[in-house]
Amino acid sequence: MESNIDDLRFIRSTMERSSKFLTLSGISGVAAGVVAIIGAFFAYKIVYNDLSFTGNSLIDMIIVAAIVLILAVGLGFYFSLRKAKKVGEKLWNSITIQIFKDGCIPLIVGGIFCFILIVDHSSHLVAAAMLIFYGIALINFGARSYRDIRILGACEIVLGVIAGFLPEYGLLLWTIGFGILHIIYGTFMYLKYDYKRNSSNTD
Amino acid sequence: MKDIISGLNKVFDSRVRLGIMSVLVVNDSADFNTIKELLDITDGNLASHLKALEKEEIILVKKQFVGRKPNTSYSVTGTGRKAFQTHIDALEKLINPTR
Repeated sequence: MESNIDDLRFIRSTMERSSKFLTLSGISGVAAGVVAIIGAFFAYKIVYNDLSFTGNSLIDMIIVAAIVLILAVGLGFYFSLRKAKKVGEKLWNSITIQIFKDGCIPLIVGGIFCFILIVDHSSHLVAAAMLIFYGIALINFGARSYRDIRILGACEIVLGVIAGFLPEYGLLLWTIGFGILHIIYGTFMYLKYDYKRNSSNTD
Repeated sequence: MKDIISGLNKVFDSRVRLGIMSVLVVNDSADFNTIKELLDITDGNLASHLKALEKEEIILVKKQFVGRKPNTSYSVTGTGRKAFQTHIDALEKLINPTR
């Protein structure tokens, strides 16, 4: 009887581990959020001409955006890798690679679309486009990771739509979406999934 | 093969086989190394269980080349999926007979 319960538990956990990307760390979200807020601060300075690296504000913005992207993704990977090591699992196997590839599709399309907006001199809509495409990517990704991520995705889309109607608040909404929401969400995820596991491991 | 009283299938009477089936029913297919890492078992152990499941036509083996490396991937057959579902139902019934 006891072994039957164990068997079912084992089946359930194996199914989950083999179809979902569960090594995403909550700290990754917090780190990405902090990076985004710092990036937004620089972007704000650039927009209001308080700061310039190259003399061209568009190029300055692209540089800041690139640094933010690299740092956020890099830190995200770093903390996820650490979590994977801690729970004794590999971050990459053929299944997680597939999940990751699927997740990248809306992001790449979104990136191209933002580029089109910039070329078209509609860069005031870039914040909205980033939020919306990122939200779509998260909702997709949530189906194959922690389901709660889909709520974050929905919030990003709502912010993106608002930013579309109120482009003058684009940077502010972007900072809320990529900065504050990430920090709130990362903290929540850390407490819900990682912290519990960490403390039960040390028992 | 089936235990008439409990409905449990003798083919799945092992943790490794339960693990293999759990991985395969939620994925279209999985290769040998992925299953091995997920279940954290040795090559020989996994291979022998895979062979047994293959013989019972529970799973399907597909050998191919990825680049120049041979790659063996496994997927569950229709019969296998049904048999595994019946087995899980039987396990659940044993725990909670009123359901």
